[in-house]
This record gives sequence, structure tokens and C-alpha cells, in this order.
Amino acid sequence: MDLKLDHRTEDRLTIVEVEGEIDVYTAPRLRELLIDLVNKGNFHLLVNMEKVDFLDSTGLGVLVGGLKRVRAHDGSLELVCTQERILKIFRITGLTKVFGIYASVEEAKEAHGRDK
Amino acid sequence: MATVELTFSALPAHVRTARLVATAIARRTGVAEALLDEVRLAVGEACSRAVEAHRLHCPGEPIRIELKDDSGRFEVTVTDAAPSDDLKAVDSSDGYRLVDAMLGIVPEMPGLGIAVIAGLADDVEVSPGPTGVKIRMSWPAAPTPNGLAAV
Repeated sequence: MDLKLDHRTEDRLTIVEVEGEIDVYTAPRLRELLIDLVNKGNFHLLVNMEKVDFLDSTGLGVLVGGLKRVRAHDGSLELVCTQERILKIFRITGLTKVFGIYASVEEAKEAHGRDK
Repeated sequence: MATVELTFSALPAHVRTARLVATAIARRTGVAEALLDEVRLAVGEACSRAVEAHRLHCPGEPIRIELKDDSGRFEVTVTDAAPSDDLKAVDSSDGYRLVDAMLGIVPEMPGLGIAVIAGLADDVEVSPGPTGVKIRMSWPAAPTPNGLAAV
């Protein structure tokens, strides 16, 4: 399956919907979107990965790159993910300690609201 | 011993094909369903690493992947023809150290794929050589009377 990307802004939070496979072939598209969003002043990003079928280290690199970009603007990049096979790669690499990972968009929005 | 060999050009689009073939052969060889995601990810990581290395050093050379049913194990070997620059960046599979590196001065962490493979495969051997890198990894496979599991 290819990669489908969409995004919307709710309050000050930009929600990026990702569907499909994030690998060495498709990751550049996600990278471009994240860079574009940051360049347009969206510094609080929530990436919904609930419909991601596959994620490899190239995709992790893109998410880390996005995190570094938003942090440069005192922003945030957090994730929604409950799929064990996706969470496993975050655990292997220690990235569960770096990204805020939520069970749903609603949960992430509530947490983001509390931090504002 | 049943063997499938595949060579592909160093194009990112072909990595998905390699993943799909490896997962299909693993299933047919009798690798447990619970391990197939690990096979898919580890093979994808090894092929992605090879593609990136070839694009830098030898884009015209093909990458070779060998899938073997060997004495109750499913063995995958990914062989490239590029120098092993990225392997010098990996000193362990310690994820926290990798994260520190990624968030620090290193914009891209080229050794991350190898670290992921080490965390996924049951048995891994990375052999850098003068003519390229060979990554061999294997998982347990259920033996069957004809050497192949029922599909």
C-alpha cells in the first residue's frame, strides 16, 4: 500500500493523518509535509499513525527530524499509536522516551490543552 | 534446502517488493505468524540500508537477497557491493544512545537500521568486507515433511 497523507488544524494543534507504509520509498513525502508545515508556522504537530501498516527506520528518522524542527520553535511533535507492531520499533530504538505517544487523537488533544 | 535468490536495482521502490517476497517465503517455510512482522521489518531494513549505500557509491550495481530454508531455520542474506561507512557509526543496539545521537549533532543516524535488525532478528551476523556488506539473519521455522510448510 502506498502512503496517504492529510492534515488539519484544530485550535493550535496540527493533526497529520498518515495511512499506509512509511519506508525508504515513501518517507520523503512525509518529510516534505512536515517541513512544509513547520515552514508555514505550524509548530505543534500530532501525527496519527493508527492507519500505518508499516514503519521502518527511515520513517523514524523523518519523525525525529520533524521533532528537531518543531523543538527549534519551542513546538512539539507527538504521536497517536496503539499498534503493537509499530510501537515495537519505537521501543527497540528507545524513542518511546522521546515522543509523547497517545492512544487516541482526543487523548492527545486533552493533554495538549492541559500543557497550554 | 530450498533457496530463493533475488537481485534488484538500488531503487527505494524495490525494497517493498523484497519485503513482500521475503515475508511470503518465510510464511511458506513455516515461520510462525507472530514472527512475520519481524521478518518483514528486518529484511526491509537490510535492503533499505543496501539501497542507500548503493545510491551513494555504486548506483548501477544490483543488490542480492538470498532466502533459504536451512535445517529448521529461515535464513535471509542481503549482500551489497558498497563500502560500509554506516557500520562505523554503530557501536551497539542501545537505543538510548542512538536517540541521543539523533537528537544531537547527527542529523541522520545511518546505523539505526542495523540497530533495528539486531533488535528484531533471532540471529544476526553483519559482515563488512572489502567488496561490500553481507547481513545474514535467521528465524526458527517449523520443519515439514516436504521441506515447505502448507500455505
